Amino acid sequence: MKFNELMISRMGPVITGIAVGVFAPLLVLLGNPGNMGICVACFERDIAGALGFHRAAIVQYIRPEIIGLILGSFLSALAFKEFKPRAGSAPAVRFFLGVFASIGALIFLGCPWRAYLRLAGGDYNAIFGIAGLFVGILCGIGFISTGYNLGRTYVAPAESRISGLMMPLFAVCLLALLIIAPKFGAEGSGPIFFSEKGPGSMRAPWYAGLTIMLVVGWLAQRSRFCTIGALRDLVLARDGYLFWGIAALLIVAAGMNIALGKFNPGFASQPVAHTNSLWNFLGMVLSGLCFTLAGGCPGRQLIMAGEGDGDAAVFILGMIVGAAVSHNFALASSGAGIGAHAPAGFAFGIVFCLCVGFFSRKKV
Amino acid sequence: MLVDTRGLSCPQPVVEIKNALAKGVDEIEALIDNATSLANVTRFMNKQGFTAKNSFVESDGSTRVVFSK
Repeated sequence: MKFNELMISRMGPVITGIAVGVFAPLLVLLGNPGNMGICVACFERDIAGALGFHRAAIVQYIRPEIIGLILGSFLSALAFKEFKPRAGSAPAVRFFLGVFASIGALIFLGCPWRAYLRLAGGDYNAIFGIAGLFVGILCGIGFISTGYNLGRTYVAPAESRISGLMMPLFAVCLLALLIIAPKFGAEGSGPIFFSEKGPGSMRAPWYAGLTIMLVVGWLAQRSRFCTIGALRDLVLARDGYLFWGIAALLIVAAGMNIALGKFNPGFASQPVAHTNSLWNFLGMVLSGLCFTLAGGCPGRQLIMAGEGDGDAAVFILGMIVGAAVSHNFALASSGAGIGAHAPAGFAFGIVFCLCVGFFSRKKV
Repeated sequence: MLVDTRGLSCPQPVVEIKNALAKGVDEIEALIDNATSLANVTRFMNKQGFTAKNSFVESDGSTRVVFSK
């Protein structure tokens, strides 16, 4: 069987999950923060900081892993003739779903990918996050099965096919800024900021992060790997196709962590995590609901943006803005606990999602 | 019965098909415009005991496929 046939078979998501399970602990070994070999929310937050959208000095870096995911998907989509510029399904709503997805994820301190990676590293706080994620997805399914729909996307006409290139081009620009790191702001700092201490200063070599995630992006594009779809499809259609991908991720990452001596079971003193179980849970309820209403996890949104999906691109830009908002409005958590205004951010987010869910329904 | 899933994001194509099935039809014709949805819908229909009997590519690149028992 050819490799591509394997990737679009039932084994595809499993192979992608295995790749993430192997590479994420490896990226930690190479320098990324603990249990954060790959985290879409954290890394978009670091990118927002590096671009000066927020000034939390310990979480600023242009993460090459995000660039790799987008470009890996883009190259794969081009190679297999699946690059299709398209957009038009309630982009402004998707932007704010991205904003609140980010706010929720940064209350928990991780996207769904990192939730599983944290658990695989022995961080039991992640259990509350994953439970929250599941509840958020269930709420989303409740809306979907009662007629929720943000409307159709439309294929870009020939004269505006360039619209599908926006996210890959954005990724290339980020890569240039990462390598050049220009400094022409006041006192020799900025406009690009890189942390000198804290999680933002912990980095695998950029070429390693980029190369690894180019491969993961390729695999995820072929296999449709999605950590939200994994649970959603299991409940909604009794379809375990994607679920086995996250099962493989969890098992392989745990095995890798044990082999590398990085498995530290418990609640306290976990890397880039807090022990407030209620807010670990609630943060991911919000995040899971946003991802479900938007049709996929943040990794999947990056992959779809690489395929030319303008709506997914807008969702990602919303997540980057949401990360900046999280830090500027004291919504984001730290190892010490939740941000001062996290409950307010959560409340705004839930009200927004409920409104979107209730008012974007057609009669079934 | 024709179900047009073009432009719908996950999991809407499967949900639309599921809703159509709930009306008790024994044949569904689906218009699907991407490989992911085509795979998802086909997997779902196979599980319901339906098989793709007839499929061809439309001029806009989408696939028209007939599922029946």
